[in-house]
Amino acid sequence: MLNDLKDFLLNDFFVTGDPLILGSQVAIALSIVAIVFVLTYFKKWKWLWTEWLTTVDHKRIGIMYIIASLLMLFRGGVDALLMRVQLAAPQLEFLHADHYNQIFTTHGVIMILFMAMPLMFGLFNIVLPLQIGARDVAYPFLNALSFWLFFWGAMLFNVSFVIGGSPDTGWLAYPPLSGLQLSPGVGQDFYIWGIQISGIGSLATGINFVATILKMRAPGMKLMDMPMFAWSVLASCVTIMFAFPILTVTLFLLFLDRYLGAHFFTLDAGGNPMMYINLIWMWGHPEVYIVILPAFGIFSEVVSTFARKKLFGYKSMVFALMSISVASFFTWAHHFFTMGSGANVNAFFAITTMIIAIPTGVKVFNWLFTMFRGRITFSTPMLWTIAFIPCFVIGGMTGVLLSVAPADFQFHNSYFLIAHFHQVLIGGVVFGYFAGLYYWWPKLFGFKLHEGLGKWAFWFWNIGFYVCFMPQYVLGLMGMTRRFNEYDFDMGWQPLNIVSTVGAFLMGIAFIFQVWQIAHSIKFLKKEKTGDAWDGRTLEWSIPSPPPVYNFARLPQVSGRDPWWEEKQRIARGEQPSPLPPLEPIHMPKNSGIPFIMSFFWFVAGFGFVWDWKWMIIPGLAGVVICMLIRSFSYDTDYYISVEEIERTEAKLRGAY
Amino acid sequence: MAHATISGAPAHGGQGSVPPGHHVQGGHDEHHDHESLKTFGFWMFLITDCILFGTLFATYLVLRFNTSGGPTAEELFQMPIIIAETFILLTSSFTSGLAVLEMKKGNKKGLIGWLAVTAALGAAFIALEVSEFVHLVHEGATISTSAFLSAFFTLVGTHGLHVTVGLVWMIALMIQLAQRGITPVTDRKVTIISLYWHFLDVVWIFVFSLVYLLGVM
Repeated sequence: MLNDLKDFLLNDFFVTGDPLILGSQVAIALSIVAIVFVLTYFKKWKWLWTEWLTTVDHKRIGIMYIIASLLMLFRGGVDALLMRVQLAAPQLEFLHADHYNQIFTTHGVIMILFMAMPLMFGLFNIVLPLQIGARDVAYPFLNALSFWLFFWGAMLFNVSFVIGGSPDTGWLAYPPLSGLQLSPGVGQDFYIWGIQISGIGSLATGINFVATILKMRAPGMKLMDMPMFAWSVLASCVTIMFAFPILTVTLFLLFLDRYLGAHFFTLDAGGNPMMYINLIWMWGHPEVYIVILPAFGIFSEVVSTFARKKLFGYKSMVFALMSISVASFFTWAHHFFTMGSGANVNAFFAITTMIIAIPTGVKVFNWLFTMFRGRITFSTPMLWTIAFIPCFVIGGMTGVLLSVAPADFQFHNSYFLIAHFHQVLIGGVVFGYFAGLYYWWPKLFGFKLHEGLGKWAFWFWNIGFYVCFMPQYVLGLMGMTRRFNEYDFDMGWQPLNIVSTVGAFLMGIAFIFQVWQIAHSIKFLKKEKTGDAWDGRTLEWSIPSPPPVYNFARLPQVSGRDPWWEEKQRIARGEQPSPLPPLEPIHMPKNSGIPFIMSFFWFVAGFGFVWDWKWMIIPGLAGVVICMLIRSFSYDTDYYISVEEIERTEAKLRGAY
Repeated sequence: MAHATISGAPAHGGQGSVPPGHHVQGGHDEHHDHESLKTFGFWMFLITDCILFGTLFATYLVLRFNTSGGPTAEELFQMPIIIAETFILLTSSFTSGLAVLEMKKGNKKGLIGWLAVTAALGAAFIALEVSEFVHLVHEGATISTSAFLSAFFTLVGTHGLHVTVGLVWMIALMIQLAQRGITPVTDRKVTIISLYWHFLDVVWIFVFSLVYLLGVM
């Protein structure tokens, strides 16, 4: 019995026999011990629970999203560096084939679903309610639940790396390879459940923010007066609402194939693997626009603030965002032109894909015209924005090249494609979210990040990016395809691959600079006391930094765009600031531990499904249901902040000025 | 462009001009707003649920002839049971509507009574569906027989699972109504579950037409 258990633990449960993974296992164990020790030694457990794990405050949820996302960025980045080391020279023996497969799979999943998505949701949470003059999102409890579902889903996916083995079938897990016959291990089940659980959270966030934007705007703020970031969030979240249910179903069908022996995507008994590829891309293509649209919104805010001009072409910008959101649902088949759908189908999807370039081009010109004759300040957020424009244009152009269906028979799955989507994802999404992070950091924490180190990081990221990915375009045209773990000497791919690897490490150095930048800024804290760090234009800059729990002591009365900027202009002209109405008690949601506990039960159930342990599945699912019922029966879920308390808080915050 | 302004929103009888139709914070309408916001969110959830079922329907329609030598729709479906299920579910939709009407009248007893009838009809529907599935499995038509049956069981089973969740939810709601009576909060909860119930009915009509009627044609 004991021997059986030991055999199971060493042979099946824990991943053994790889020095890299063994090192990680030791590091993970040590980190957990260290965290537990620190929390216990400084008596911080209760603080962690009451202030963070049970919070429903959108600002704190946003902070947690961003912390999680940066950790995942580190992990996904290490994966990327390992791959580049393996590819630096022909016939290296650094990573073996199956290990390499696991690494490119986890790299893709983590970077898109557990890095880009949470960073995006973190920025949504922090900025959006402040921008539209709301005190919280529409459903604060659901918001907390979304975060914890994401968190435990990500944990479930990440644990596969040391327990049971990572998935190794590519980031979208195409069947039949991801089916039971060809992937009998548990890695694929970790993939399904990790993404499924966090996907439910993403869907809920989408609904939550659409409701927030449509129903929670400050009095007087019309839709066409909203800041552009709010529009981009709306476009992105509407896309989430229509795309994510497809992902839920697709993963569920794959799960049924693996767990109950269904035949949706198998090669026998009438299954159709191509249907999976269609379904997954019906979600997957909108997904990549979901992550880029908010970045467009951030660039619009940043350009307008640092050029000190109002955004050029507001209406065309809104139209572009919304049309990209709609068109994203009509381009999915361009991911498999080589599937053999026939010329007419391919032509349709090629044209819809090219159409996307039009609104995107409109946006680029709008940003350029916003900068035109502006008095530009080159702070870090603006640098990222300026670097983004050429980068995204090149990435977009190669995208249009790829969208030509006949040409795609050559480009398909080559490094040309890899370079293209990394260029739009790094040059668009990552640069955009960094710009947003630097831009709103002072609003969130009340101090700016160190500009000098930020510029070092910026240049390393940018130069590293071009050094890494420009050679890959050429490699793709030379015939190098993705998902190889080694190649021969006679291919002539070595020089460019070495250059590419050097670029990847430059980006790694850039990340170290960013960590250093954050640490340095915290150590030499320079408080930013005005609440308006960049001389901003929108409502979030009109309140103290960091904002109080209720955000706005009095809900702002808005008319027109850029309200905070206009108000500052009026005061500068010597007009009286508008008279303030008396304060009223503020209605706020109470903290709740249910989101955390319920998501943890989802994790338990998911872990049980992975190993097919009924004794774990049943309590997990029962726990989820019980949590839902407890929430349904609790009626005491909110409280009022008294006028005296608001006055005290405001005096403390404003007194700092 | 009009000049933008910011000021605090005036309170009840506060100084300053209140534009027409302007929502005043605090006061009695806040609670109502709070509840209608949740109903609005539920409508959006139903949109996403439509997409979910739409994906399952598409899957079924793609795979429905892939019987791989196993039993076909014509051989399997017993229409009398299906028609009975359909009538039971349609009736339950009607009774849930009656429950909401009683709520609008402020009649707590009638509300709980009609909800109980709705739940009983829902339970009967589930019982029939389970017996149908058991019968199919005995015939040797399981989820792993062919792609057609995988898609069939998944689509119809997902709808059944939705109904089951609705039953648990409805029972929990009846207990809350007995405890608290009709308040703005319970009013909203009943409104939402009746939306959900009608939605499942609409989905069932699609199941009935696209799966069963199309299957036996």
